[in-house]
Amino acid sequence: MIAFASFAQPPQDAIFPRHHPDVVDDMDVDLGEDDFERGYQRLTCPGEPITSSQAFMRGHGTYVDNEEVIASVAGTIERVNKLVTVRAVRSRYNPEVGDLVVGRITEVQPRRWKVDANSRQDAVLMLSSVNLPGGVQRRKLESDELQMRTFFEDGDLLVAEVQAFFADGAMSLHTRSLRYGKLRNGQLVTVPPALIRRLKSHFISLPCGVDLILGLNGYIWVSKHMSQSQQEGDAFDGEAVYSNRNDEIDGATRIAISRVSNIIRVFGAHFIPLTDTLLLEAYEWAVEQEGDVRDLLQEDVGDALVATVTAHN
Amino acid sequence: MSGGDDMAVWMQARANERASGLHRGDKTSRTITSFSHPLSAALSAPRKSNPWVEILNDGGYRSDGRRQYELRDISIDLAQQGTADGSAVLTHGLTQVLVTVFGPREAKMRSQTLHDRAVLNVEVNVLPFSTGERRRRARADRRMLELAATIKTTFEPVVQTGLYPRSEIDVFVHVLQQDGGLLQTCINATTLALATAGIPLLDFVCAVSGGVHATSPMLDLTTLEENDLPHVTVAVMPRTNKVTLVTLETRLHVDRFGEIFKLACEAGQTIHKEMRRAVKSRTSALITAMGGGLGHGPGADVLERDIVMDDVHTNDDF
Repeated sequence: MIAFASFAQPPQDAIFPRHHPDVVDDMDVDLGEDDFERGYQRLTCPGEPITSSQAFMRGHGTYVDNEEVIASVAGTIERVNKLVTVRAVRSRYNPEVGDLVVGRITEVQPRRWKVDANSRQDAVLMLSSVNLPGGVQRRKLESDELQMRTFFEDGDLLVAEVQAFFADGAMSLHTRSLRYGKLRNGQLVTVPPALIRRLKSHFISLPCGVDLILGLNGYIWVSKHMSQSQQEGDAFDGEAVYSNRNDEIDGATRIAISRVSNIIRVFGAHFIPLTDTLLLEAYEWAVEQEGDVRDLLQEDVGDALVATVTAHN
Repeated sequence: MSGGDDMAVWMQARANERASGLHRGDKTSRTITSFSHPLSAALSAPRKSNPWVEILNDGGYRSDGRRQYELRDISIDLAQQGTADGSAVLTHGLTQVLVTVFGPREAKMRSQTLHDRAVLNVEVNVLPFSTGERRRRARADRRMLELAATIKTTFEPVVQTGLYPRSEIDVFVHVLQQDGGLLQTCINATTLALATAGIPLLDFVCAVSGGVHATSPMLDLTTLEENDLPHVTVAVMPRTNKVTLVTLETRLHVDRFGEIFKLACEAGQTIHKEMRRAVKSRTSALITAMGGGLGHGPGADVLERDIVMDDVHTNDDF
């Protein structure tokens, strides 16, 4: 239970140089007006004063005590005009309207589903914000409410968009698009949400026959490639949208899916943001190595992969 | 993992070594963090309560070779542990604790949520091999429940729970090795784990234990010392010097209390430096890793590029 692999960390000695307690590291914490202009990232820790509250406004990750703005999380200090925020380097997913997320149904409730989306509370998917099978446009009736479990059941994975927030900060999702809905034919991989940047499209198809859905909440769906027309055809076909059946997936595709998944896991462990070019490069490297797919998860292979890919960029 | 048996043997060896005049003076080289105080010169005559080991010998050394105000080795590992949002392994001398933090997340039991803030849930698990005698504790061990409750009350005013209504923050404390100062280690490790989970804290919480031998105060007690001396654990928030916890399980003379309390507050500042250094270096390591992954910039050109690559050739790659 204690023997966890911890390969993202450099050796201990490098981080903690032995030192005498009298040696005080002098970091001046007070920000002048110019400090922000230089464009380098300033790090901070909980309880560290950042600046005076008279000159600046406090944002997320800070609080005011004694006319001083003080950081409450460990991360980078950011400033927009007079607003000072601290962005935590690693935290749970902070949703924004319009974000694409991948989630898992945790509970079926009257007229709504509860969805785990790696946020601080479970998200809500209302019955009124899903598409009916076959794309029928009408009000949801009581009969639809009674067969909610034929659409989504506990444990089902889905891709959705953040629609709005409730008063307590919980998010409401919708799946009113042909590309959203239940997920099949693949595998879920989880990475820290900070590693997923906002992109023009979060649906990526790699040339190796693998589709990716990069949820901004750090959940990534790796699946068999489906052409757009096929997908939209399915959406109009009443059965296929909410089907629980996987298609036939051949061995080569299965290997490709697990290889991509393992590459994503390695990037997650090394805290490297995911981009499509990086993934492709890593995939090519992994194929060249001719090793077994599961070898990627070994520490030395992972390190070599990251070293190669980051060196190119 | 060395248990208490090895520890006893080791301590005895040290005591014998000292008795036979083999003791070396330069103990600071072994210890990362030492805490010196002007009072350290004032030493009292040691009282012999254990025939094998003196708590404080004539030379001013304790049973493990430390001075009165010297803290034990601190090592901090903030590596990712499984699926936890934040985690820390903290070692004070031979006491080692692993803390994992999950959350803020949807509460397991909805009846226990609060509508205006998050619930802090602390569970302490003592592993059977952590002590000298291997024994399995009952899950609802009174002492461990109390330890969990103490940790919870220490952190409730420090964690900004008001930002996460209806959520739950789970803190799981695993005690891997015990050699005194268990509460102090648990509190320090919990602070670190919460900080790595990105949960907003008003400040670090730095705890340290202290005791009095005859009239001479000592810091950071081992099991051996805890068994013989009246001791107190103090947790401070170093920026404001506010104290979030003082516990006293044994009787301590009221005249000694003030002295030991002040010392413990000062020692908290020393521990804070170590903890802050560890958190800072982890933060910068992660920021560097994130920067390293995208040499050609996260900005405009990523957004311009078309994501979909159409040339699908499924079988060529194998």
